[in-house]
Amino acid sequence: MTDKPGYRRPQAGTQPDYLHPTYQSTNLRSPSKPLVYLPHSLSEITGPTIGAEHVAEKDNDLTAQHAGEPLGERIIIHGRVLDEDGLPVPGILVEIWQANAAGRYNHARDLHDAPLDPNFTGTGRTVTDADGWYQFQTIKPGAYPWGNHHNAWRPAHIHFSLFGPSILTRLVTQMYFPGDPLLAYDPIYNCVPDTSAKERLIASFDLEKTIPSYALGYRWDIVLRGREATPMEK
Amino acid sequence: MTLYATTSHTVGPYYHIGLTWLNRETLANELTLGERVAISGQVVDGNGDVVNDAMLEVWQANAAGKYDHPEDQQDKPLDPNFEGFGRVPVDAEGRFRFTTIKPGTVPGLKGSTQAPHLVVLVFARGLVKHLLTRIYFEGEPANVADPLLECVPAERRATLLAKQDASGVYQWNVVLQGTDAETVFFDY
Repeated sequence: MTDKPGYRRPQAGTQPDYLHPTYQSTNLRSPSKPLVYLPHSLSEITGPTIGAEHVAEKDNDLTAQHAGEPLGERIIIHGRVLDEDGLPVPGILVEIWQANAAGRYNHARDLHDAPLDPNFTGTGRTVTDADGWYQFQTIKPGAYPWGNHHNAWRPAHIHFSLFGPSILTRLVTQMYFPGDPLLAYDPIYNCVPDTSAKERLIASFDLEKTIPSYALGYRWDIVLRGREATPMEK
Repeated sequence: MTLYATTSHTVGPYYHIGLTWLNRETLANELTLGERVAISGQVVDGNGDVVNDAMLEVWQANAAGKYDHPEDQQDKPLDPNFEGFGRVPVDAEGRFRFTTIKPGTVPGLKGSTQAPHLVVLVFARGLVKHLLTRIYFEGEPANVADPLLECVPAERRATLLAKQDASGVYQWNVVLQGTDAETVFFDY
C-alpha cells in the first residue's frame, strides 16, 4: 500500500519554541533534549472525529447560560476555519473559554481580586458549518494581572481549541482584540518572531456583523495545518 | 492560495472551564472488544515537582488495529463501541489514570508494522505548543521491530514504555524536562 501524504511542517517563525524564557512557566516545562522527528504514519493522519453529536444548538451563546445576562460589552465573534490551502474545514469541534468582563475566570485557582459574574461561566462550543464558518456570542473579556513578572497583565483574549481532520491538526490558541496596548508587553502573544503570524491572532472589527443597538462584531479566521501534496520522505 | 497554520498558544491554567466537559477517562465500554488496560502516572516538571494543571489527550486504534477515521482504509473491522479518543486531566498531585483497550498493531510507513501504541498529546500552562509522545507496552513482542522506536536513542526508549505494576496497572509518567528520565517528545 502506498503511504498517504503527511501534514506540512510549520513555516519558520510561525510556531513557538517550547522554551520561551520571558514566559516563565516554560523554563521548567519545556523539553531540554532534542525532539525526535516524527514521520506521519496512519497513527497521525487519523484523529478523533469529535463533533456535532456533542454540541447543543445554544452552546455557542455564552450570554444565555444563566438566568440573567452577563455584564460587559456584548460581542459576536465569527470566522472561518481553513486549511493551509485556503479550503474550508467543515464539521469540526471548536471549544472556547474566557474570563468575564472584569478579567476574572470562573475557576477556583483564579485569585484575581475582581468580581465573578453569576451570569457568566465563560464556556462555549460549536461545530463549523459546511463552509467552515463558526460563530459565538459572548462578552468581551477583561484584561487581568498575572504573576509572570512585575506589573504583568494579559491582554484581553479568548482561548480556542480545535480538532480538525487529524491528530496533527489539533490546535489550541488564543484570540486577541485589535488596538490592545497590552499586546506589546505580553510574552505569550510575543512567543513567535514572525510579526504577521502574531497579527493573525488579532480579530478584526466587523461592522457588517455588528448588530445595531445590540452587539459588536469581530471576525477571526483560523488556519489548520495543510496536507503535503505527496507522501513525505525524510 | 497558501496560508500558514495559526500560531499555537498555551491552554493556560484555567483550561478546565472550556475543556473538561469532554473528559473521557474511560475509553472502552462493556461491549468494546479487546484486552482492558488501565494506564496511570504523573506529570512532573524539570524540578521533579508535580504539574497539577496538565491535560492529556489520547488517540488510538481499536483491538483489531483499525482507527475510527476515514483515512484508515484497511480491511479490518471497526468496533462500534470504540472511538479511540481520551481526554484525561491530572489531579492536584499531577496524577492521571485512564482505562482503555490495548490497540492492535497498525501499519507504519514503507510497509512496516507499528507495535501497539497510543498517541498522547500533553497540554499545560507553560506549554506554548502541546507536546506529542506515545505510549507503548513493555514486553510487547512487536516493539522490537517498531519503526518509530528504532528512531529513538536506545537509552531513551524506556520513557515510552508503560510498565505493568503488581496490580496489573500500566505505569507511565510524563517528565517534561530532566537530565535522565525526560520523556521522549516528537517533532510532529
